[in-house]
Amino acid sequence: MTEFVKPDVAYFELWPLLVVFGVACLGVVVEAFAPRSARYITQALLTLAGLVAAMAGVVMIGLRFAGDGAAEDGLVHGDGAAYGLLSIGGTIVVDGPTLFLWGLLLVFGFLGALLFAERHLDGGVSAFAGQAAALPGTDAEREASTRGLDHTEVYPLLMFALFGMMLFPAANDLLTMFVALEILSLPLYLLCGLARRRRLLSQEAALKYFLLGAFSSGFFLYGAALVYGFAGSMEFGAINEAVRNDAANSGMLLVGIGLLSVGLLFKVGAAPFQAWTPDVYQGAPTPVTAFMAAGTKVAAFGAMLRLFYVAFGADRWSWQPMMWVIAVLTMLVGAVLAITQTDVKRLLAYSSVAHTGFILTGLLGVQATADLAVGEISSLQAVLFYLATYGFSTLGAFAVVSLVRDSGGEATALTRWAGLGKESPVVAGVFAFFLLAMAGIPLTSGFVGKLAVFSVALAAGAWPVVVFAVLASIVAAFLYIRVIKAMYFDEPVGDGPTVAYPSVLTATTIAIGAAATLMLGVLPGPLLDLAAVAGEFIR
Amino acid sequence: MDHVTIPVVDPGSAEGVLSLLWLVIALPLAGAAVLLVGGPLAGARAKGAMDRWGPWLACTAVGWSFLLSLAMFFALLGHDAEERQVGQHLFTWFEAGSLHVGMDLLYDQLSALFLLLITGVGFLIHVYSVGYMAHDARRLRFFGYLNLFVAAMLVLVLSANFLGLFLGWEGVGLASYLLIGFWQHKHSAAAAAKKAFVINRVGDIGLSLAVAVMFATFGTTDFTTISAVAGEASQGTLNALGLLLLLAACGKSAQVPLQAWLLDAMEGPTPVSALIHAATMVTAGVYLITRSNFIYEHTPLAQTAVVVVATVTLLWGAILGCAKDDIKKALAGSTMSQIGYMMLAAGLGPAGYPFAIFHLLTHGFFKANMFLGAGSVMHGMDDDVDMRHYGALRTYMPVTFLTFAMGYLAIIGFPLFSGFWSKDKIIETALAENTVVGLCALLGAGITGFYMTRLMLMTFFGDKRWEPGVHPHESPQVMTIPLIVLAALSVLGGVMIIGSWIVGWLEPVTGHAVHPEPPIAPILVTLLVVAVVAVGVAAAWFLIGRRDIPREAPAEVSFATRAARSDLYGDAINDVLVVQPGMGLARGLTTFDRAGVDGVVEGGSAAVGGISGTLRRVQNGFVRSYALSLLGGALLVVLALLAVNLG
Repeated sequence: MTEFVKPDVAYFELWPLLVVFGVACLGVVVEAFAPRSARYITQALLTLAGLVAAMAGVVMIGLRFAGDGAAEDGLVHGDGAAYGLLSIGGTIVVDGPTLFLWGLLLVFGFLGALLFAERHLDGGVSAFAGQAAALPGTDAEREASTRGLDHTEVYPLLMFALFGMMLFPAANDLLTMFVALEILSLPLYLLCGLARRRRLLSQEAALKYFLLGAFSSGFFLYGAALVYGFAGSMEFGAINEAVRNDAANSGMLLVGIGLLSVGLLFKVGAAPFQAWTPDVYQGAPTPVTAFMAAGTKVAAFGAMLRLFYVAFGADRWSWQPMMWVIAVLTMLVGAVLAITQTDVKRLLAYSSVAHTGFILTGLLGVQATADLAVGEISSLQAVLFYLATYGFSTLGAFAVVSLVRDSGGEATALTRWAGLGKESPVVAGVFAFFLLAMAGIPLTSGFVGKLAVFSVALAAGAWPVVVFAVLASIVAAFLYIRVIKAMYFDEPVGDGPTVAYPSVLTATTIAIGAAATLMLGVLPGPLLDLAAVAGEFIR
Repeated sequence: MDHVTIPVVDPGSAEGVLSLLWLVIALPLAGAAVLLVGGPLAGARAKGAMDRWGPWLACTAVGWSFLLSLAMFFALLGHDAEERQVGQHLFTWFEAGSLHVGMDLLYDQLSALFLLLITGVGFLIHVYSVGYMAHDARRLRFFGYLNLFVAAMLVLVLSANFLGLFLGWEGVGLASYLLIGFWQHKHSAAAAAKKAFVINRVGDIGLSLAVAVMFATFGTTDFTTISAVAGEASQGTLNALGLLLLLAACGKSAQVPLQAWLLDAMEGPTPVSALIHAATMVTAGVYLITRSNFIYEHTPLAQTAVVVVATVTLLWGAILGCAKDDIKKALAGSTMSQIGYMMLAAGLGPAGYPFAIFHLLTHGFFKANMFLGAGSVMHGMDDDVDMRHYGALRTYMPVTFLTFAMGYLAIIGFPLFSGFWSKDKIIETALAENTVVGLCALLGAGITGFYMTRLMLMTFFGDKRWEPGVHPHESPQVMTIPLIVLAALSVLGGVMIIGSWIVGWLEPVTGHAVHPEPPIAPILVTLLVVAVVAVGVAAAWFLIGRRDIPREAPAEVSFATRAARSDLYGDAINDVLVVQPGMGLARGLTTFDRAGVDGVVEGGSAAVGGISGTLRRVQNGFVRSYALSLLGGALLVVLALLAVNLG
């Protein structure tokens, strides 16, 4: 029997993870012991402070990695530009891309937390149900709402989800990756069902998300088992070795790759696994949708990149054709279905499906820095950059959605948005800006992001996918223009929408989203550089 | 084709007045920023003041840009011919690893001419708009958009790489969209704006793919590098690049098959039609092809495609112009046709490039002149655009009439007027290259004579057919002075050809042409063109001038007229080939989607009533179908993987 060896934990490098997890646990304690009246402010401040502390950790680790003494400090240096370190017995890897993704996730988590804490829009209460246990339409619910109750458990839930998201792309074996997948998903299922308004829709979305998520996790787990059967190890490096050396049993490996990718493609909302996206995005409280849309995509694509580049990188010719087809399918389904949507949140959901397709296009690019020709960027760099641009514009767009309201809460029907340009030029203008960014108009971040993923895919010879991608972006542009036309050119129906005046929290989120979208379009250099400095995954 | 060497773009550094190049763009951009940001923020009183000085601020910004362009033009004249390419590095747009994209400007003989056209004609149209838009409550925004357009157009023609050009390209598209739909209370205007945007996006596929191909092939989009190494790329790549750029040009310049948006775009205010949809933006396609000469010279296939597209368009536009009763749409058809001439010349290679640009400039003058004239007429006729309601206006609007007549004589190619020189040269070159194309161009000239005479006769001659209560009057001076200046330019624009000045001026950019021997002497070509035009004019006189014009368009007309009235079925063709299949696809997917998705939503909202049992039933069903689709997808993925790799 093998002896148990106490794993070595690199506390400094894991600091951001530990802080987020610690704050989440602390949040549960606060929930149990703090008086109800003090909970909101305690939880909100605790969450934000925890996120800032974690972000500081990411910056410090980044500086240490970039420092000259990194090699002497025992950091693993892979070949080429990869650097970083393995921790906890090789289950977690902290390298350049991990840090970049952590940074992004923490920023999006921070912006999401700001939206969570917004209480100005709905008469002094948050967007979450007063008491989730009270059945909709009962006296208990009415009482909870008249007493102005608030669910403050959402903050620890947010932090738990964020912890899972951060662990996801840092996982270095299949088991850790699966655990991370579940950690990030479970709190999100709960959060989706906590809307204050339209509770049935919200609960329905949560249940649906949960059932389908559980189903897809099953696929992932089965795939992991098959790959273990093939490679004799869960660890990515060992799988890579096995893939490189062993040709026997490749059927098992292929089925394993297929099932693993089903689990991941479900999380990013790629076709044909996109069916849940519109329902869940629409039903979930808008702050949750905003956080989930940005965070889950970043985390899941990070994990997908690591799995496919590190573990299955040697076998790329077997999985790339499948990814070609899925990327094309995803872009077309997302863009075409979005056209007929009549609800702004569903429309954004389908547009996020289309964006998934664009990011998958980037995934098809050349991976190793050494293989690059002059003037090209690596596909990892392109995808990381695209994730950043996508996250900021999506968070911003959903934050704007939460402002447009009528007596029933948020007015998400597109017809209710007609004439918004007259009602509130600023809100309509900012939303139009986000839409133009998603459409990829130059001088917005979306343009540079699309250019990056398209050119890496072209450089890798995936030109048919790029042709479809450009076609899909034309179709998508049409639907964004449709919304802009509705806001500016159409006459308002009835009283027209009202724009609620947000507190500084939502306003900050929108402002940061818009500023980042503009900056990444005008001067994308620094972030592209940062993505380049992030280097490659260590193997 | 036996061309000599293709010139390489190799700019020197900007010195003296040329170092102010960036300011040409910055001035209108700042104007746009002040008007678009300041306007909505200003309080009621400040707004009142701003409404007065805002339009003049916009004019001033463009005016200074024009003066700068003029100063730079003379500075450039002072340089030796080899040193007339000047570059300026503004900032690095993005830089990642070895990928480097700079915001670099290139000022050379070609962009110098464009600068003069854009800022010069742009300034006149700004001034004209002060009068034209005087009573519009949202005029600050109008002038803001107009300045934005000028800035974007300047970026387009000054950028030193294709990515910057694309930035300007999208910028002018956006400004065009905003200005076509400016009168948003009109449903037709909003629809036209959307149509223009969407069709232009199709063209943009071409440009964005071309940019991506350039990145993949050359690792850069700089004119400098590509012009030096273009010949080393494979023929397939070059053909693809040429055709993609042509697609882009078709979208922006309203060439067949992407022509359908231009006539609808006339919904915009008339100064917009004059500036964007006649003089500058729509000629961007011609600029693109001339600028990419280092690509087209290596791909005869794409050049042939350009010539074919151009020939079809010049006839297509001319035929449309014959049947339209809306004065602006008739002029728009004519614009389409004239741009066809420019594209034709550009497709003919170094022999044609200078004449393409020459015709572009003269067309910029006389077409802007006539559009503004049409605006002046509409101004006096209570915004009626139907020429059947005009007639006999020459005595009521003498200045408009006289200036319009100058534009008319220029466009039909009346000897010694500007259009005479430029069109004559194009037809002559086309005849030398290919007889069929040359004859088509000649025929186009005849039709031009016909429809322009028709327009003149219906508007300014004949009997009064006015709506009751309309009192035509001459426009204020702020509108007529720009008309007079443009009329003078329409007459005198031909001086650029004296001693083949423009050919020599552009030669360092477009390359030295080896002129093939023309089949007949140039003077005979000229006489032939004049004769054909005279036939067209005479036909118009006999068919329209001598008869009474009914106030209502006759319904019993020949098939040809019906076809031309409905834009030669351009919309119908688009509808059948693109819209219907697209809608079918979307509907099909929606039905599929609705079965699974919308039903749940509706079910969900019905259940808000409180029947949780219903909810559960609805929910179960649909999650099951989602899960089924998930399972099906997973099976497909796995089977596909196995099939591809083991099969």
